[in-house]
Amino acid sequence: MKKLFAPCAALVAAMFAYAPIAIERAPYESTMGLVQKIFYFHFPSWIVMFSSAFVCGIGSAVLLFSGSRTADRVAAAAAELTVVFGSIGLLTGPLWGRKAWGVWWQWDARLTSALVMWLIFVAYLLLRRYGGPGSEKLSAVVALFGMANVPFVYWSVNMWRTVHPKTTVVMTLQREMAWPLLLCTLAFLGLYVLLLAARVRLEGRRAELDALFLSIED
Amino acid sequence: MTMRSASEMFRQVGAVAVLLVALAVPSAVVARQPPEPPAGFVPADSLPKQEQLPAAPLVIGAYAVAWVLIFGYVWTIWQRLGRVERELGDVRRSVEAGARR
Repeated sequence: MKKLFAPCAALVAAMFAYAPIAIERAPYESTMGLVQKIFYFHFPSWIVMFSSAFVCGIGSAVLLFSGSRTADRVAAAAAELTVVFGSIGLLTGPLWGRKAWGVWWQWDARLTSALVMWLIFVAYLLLRRYGGPGSEKLSAVVALFGMANVPFVYWSVNMWRTVHPKTTVVMTLQREMAWPLLLCTLAFLGLYVLLLAARVRLEGRRAELDALFLSIED
Repeated sequence: MTMRSASEMFRQVGAVAVLLVALAVPSAVVARQPPEPPAGFVPADSLPKQEQLPAAPLVIGAYAVAWVLIFGYVWTIWQRLGRVERELGDVRRSVEAGARR
């Protein structure tokens, strides 16, 4: 993994360096105009958040059923990244909505469920940080609830009437708009994998430190 | 309950229902009225400022927020990893020094 990290980081950096050019070349959307260009970072941040929620949920399930410490480290790292990428989505969305809908925020099904999901993962991190000994199992259960929330957030726009565009928007995009979106999504997913690897390494080094302290005490 | 009191109660309920309908109908009619037609066409450049919200600052703001969060997070990982590595080094050195004694 260490050998792959540098070339992967270079590839992701190149993708992000080219992203502004691709976004600038994409045509303006007919009703929203320039502000729709927020979409090229807004959508990938949610895709990464959903993926990260699944990684955290699966890691937590493995911890609960097998007690694997590695799965726990992956889950903890993924939970933090879920909050980071969720924050990007939650902050870029209102900036788009202000121009497109005339309001910063609307308490509709999509926006509210997305906020609730983000809060679940914030709760996970707080529980891990301040929950004391054994909090990793309790927070793993919270992560399972967070993961279960993902399909509801994703399909909320199709099930309820909301101001947010439907999921079909992405599938019906023209090639000139779909290509920059694909590039940004792949760049975000690549960045996510790199950050996850770095964060898991941090958890691993912390575990080593804890083990060393315990051996000194013994 | 006698037949007389029952019919009186039905009459009272009926009167209240008629009163409610009488009050509701005019308000519903008013609500269904189309909005007042505009007195004249308004040029786009004379719209209030709120409706002429420029998109560029919002787009720049959105991309800036994304990059600040990403770089901020990378920086925190860097800091935390550095701190743990230093601490690991210190503890290992003290363990080795203790073993030599």
